[in-house]
Amino acid sequence: MQKLPSIWITAIRNGLLAGTVSLLICLFGMVMQFEQRYIISGVVTMGQILYMAPVFFLGYMLARRLNLAPLKALAVGAVTGFFSGIILAAFIGLGQLLNLRSVLVQASPELYALLTFNLDLIPGVLAMLGFLALIGALGAALFLVPPHIRGALIGALIWTVMAGLLRDLISTVMQTWGPVAPLISWMFARSGLTLIGAAFVFLLSGALGFVHLKLPVWVVRVVWLLIALVVLLLPRILGVFLSDVLDTVGLFILMGLGLNIVVGFAGLLDLGYVAFFAIGAYTMGVLTSPELHGTLTYWEALPIALLVCVLSGFVLGLPVLKMRGDYLAIVTLGFGEIVRLLVLSDWLEPWLGGTQGIQHIAYPVIGNIQFGSQQMLYYVIIAFILVAIFIASRLKDSHLGRTWMALREDEDVAKAMGINHVTTKLLAFATGAFFAGLGGTLFAAKLSSAYPQSFQFLVSINVLSLIIIGGMGSIPGVVVGGLALVGLPELLREFAEYRYLVYGAVLVAMMLAKPEGLIPEARRELELHEAEVEAVTEPEPEAQAGGGS
Amino acid sequence: MLRTWRQRVTLIDLMVWAIGVAIAVVVVVGTIKTLQSGKYEPGVWLDLTFKGLALGGVYALIAMGYTLVYGILKMINFAHSEVFMSGPFTAVFLAISFSKSGFMDANPVVGMALVTILSAAVSAGVAVLVERVAYRPLRNAPRLVPLITAIGASFFLQYAFRGLYGSGFKAYPTLRALQGSINFLGIQIFNTQLVVILGAFVMMVVLYAVVQRTKVGKAMRAVSEDKEAAALMGIDVDRVIVFTFALGGASAGIAGILYILIFPIAWFYMGFIPALKAFTAAVLGGIGNVAGAFLGAMVLGLLESVGPNLFLDGLGVPTPSQLKDAIAFVILVFILIFRPSGILGEAVTDKA
Repeated sequence: MQKLPSIWITAIRNGLLAGTVSLLICLFGMVMQFEQRYIISGVVTMGQILYMAPVFFLGYMLARRLNLAPLKALAVGAVTGFFSGIILAAFIGLGQLLNLRSVLVQASPELYALLTFNLDLIPGVLAMLGFLALIGALGAALFLVPPHIRGALIGALIWTVMAGLLRDLISTVMQTWGPVAPLISWMFARSGLTLIGAAFVFLLSGALGFVHLKLPVWVVRVVWLLIALVVLLLPRILGVFLSDVLDTVGLFILMGLGLNIVVGFAGLLDLGYVAFFAIGAYTMGVLTSPELHGTLTYWEALPIALLVCVLSGFVLGLPVLKMRGDYLAIVTLGFGEIVRLLVLSDWLEPWLGGTQGIQHIAYPVIGNIQFGSQQMLYYVIIAFILVAIFIASRLKDSHLGRTWMALREDEDVAKAMGINHVTTKLLAFATGAFFAGLGGTLFAAKLSSAYPQSFQFLVSINVLSLIIIGGMGSIPGVVVGGLALVGLPELLREFAEYRYLVYGAVLVAMMLAKPEGLIPEARRELELHEAEVEAVTEPEPEAQAGGGS
Repeated sequence: MLRTWRQRVTLIDLMVWAIGVAIAVVVVVGTIKTLQSGKYEPGVWLDLTFKGLALGGVYALIAMGYTLVYGILKMINFAHSEVFMSGPFTAVFLAISFSKSGFMDANPVVGMALVTILSAAVSAGVAVLVERVAYRPLRNAPRLVPLITAIGASFFLQYAFRGLYGSGFKAYPTLRALQGSINFLGIQIFNTQLVVILGAFVMMVVLYAVVQRTKVGKAMRAVSEDKEAAALMGIDVDRVIVFTFALGGASAGIAGILYILIFPIAWFYMGFIPALKAFTAAVLGGIGNVAGAFLGAMVLGLLESVGPNLFLDGLGVPTPSQLKDAIAFVILVFILIFRPSGILGEAVTDKA
């Protein structure tokens, strides 16, 4: 047995790590960016929460890992917090000596002032050290609370922060319903919650989390019905701007459902998914825009656009069939870039509009109902999402779906079992392309235009992130992922800047901690934790050989 | 294998061949037409050739990172584009401060050497960090998992640089020592291009020597052959992997310095396209093969620089240079269809 390092050394090491993460969060500019957004008006801003979060989290994790007696745990938490403060203090000290700003653009005097509570240098740094030690100790204290209360407490903290962040959204919704409208001024300040509002949200969500209501079946049904009703009425409630956000979220969910089939079901990592989105949008544009002498209506052009997408799915699928996962990823990425470059080029400008894009693209019309506005288009998107969910969930348990999963889990075995991997993979690509194309046509209708700039590689990453975080292969996961990853950044404009930074960090963290996603699909979870199950049943003799830590 | 060719050739194969033949026809017809039209003087082609060789040298050094890591871990280090980008980013800050203080003009060789060494060190550091945080814990996970962390790490690094240093373009100061051009047998070559080509060539020789001649290179080859057996022979596999990432990272960093001599601008997204092309080059040469990476990169650099004008101009495509990236990717697809093992590589299909 190796001698374990003393708990204090561990605490110091964790503290330095937490401090480095906090410092990076400061230097990325996130703290200053969220400085104006109060969670609780006049008390705490999102910026402050962001730099405290790593300290709090590591204090908690450390207490959990070491499993110490209460007083010792608190002390360890405080040490963690203190040493994270040392890193920030060192940075502030360095900032006084040198002009860091010429290199690190975010190292502003305002940041130093924020970190030292607007005090003078020495008392400010001391206050910061004490404060962070307190935060670390609080994190550790959270571990000392009995588990069933702890869960409720964590939930309540998260809900309070969310309520503060989404102040605008919540108050807009409350405005529409007479009886709760007067509560707005009581709960919300101009930015964030009031103290009373925060206490209210905290207690309410904490209580709900603690009680664990076990509802009878009919109540659950009624709640679902209510949710369905709200979903139908959302554009009326939210107004034009928020409906636009809603449409964007819907489009990403639609594309996520399609990519989920390719990546989640069939295990083919497609990084050029945006290509099909672009092909859908552009085909719709070419066929319907009067600028390019298109004369069709949306519904006439739709089947053609989808056919083109499916065919291009086949064309992309053909050369990449024999490739392994990582090659596939890069080739699809290349394909996405080719499509964007072609659309952008002068060569195809007479047909596709070049950098100017295509304007005046048709939107769906049924009878006398025009689905041109953001609020009306929402219903078309919802309808298509429902269709997509239906198709995806039926496909999942079908013969084809099970063939996909067999290929995903072990291609050689699947082939030995007589599965034709060529047609199976091609069908996955084509189905994915179908949904992306559908999304593309709606996107074109939404903006009534298509520009090459809309079809960046980042769109593919966006869709990929949302299905991975929701849980690969899981259909509810796509919806949750879409709401969280597309909805939140659209609502929080400050966040837009850090969108991909956070996506990247979350992707890595997710794969390390919970690769099956937030709402895991049962089979996938089994697959990813296969090694652990085996390890429990029989210890592997060659476990050392791979050199894993 | 007793089947006749008629049974072996499927409809899919025919379609794949049709795509290939179509591309070949475009290339041949385009070339003939361009040359017939006589629109460009021979001098233009020579210029483009040197440009292509310089680019090829940069791609070759980036491709080394892909090839070395692939050789050992059988995975594509998707975050390599950011390893590459971190080099020139460092170089810009160093070079600006050196130029401001007059140090660079006083002793250009020392200055350049310092910039190069420090930037290569930063790139190597980033590569090692990515390996430690994102890849090592997942070495025995299903294939898709490390690939996704790699994409995550790549985006995180990109936007971390953006957050830390701002989103704008950073201009690399012009170095007086490298301005101008020389006349070689009546051919005009820019000094920067010459430095890039020579630098890349020297680096490739050094890398080749490290892999083939040194003890650690031998260990690398042993690990890439068989991890378990290498570990049994007393090789510290983790250390060899870290060294491989560091070597590939340093090489990418130096590639970055050379790249920024040709395109003197640094920004957080600069790694994406060159790295994608370098990957193409690595596949073209045969991934896992050091000499192959060099060959593939040179071919790709030339095709990219000469190709658009040569293949497409004759077909009446306006401003064909817009499509140079598309050409590189079409080449990638083309190789993967007809020779997935690359020019010098061994077969890499289907094996898990």
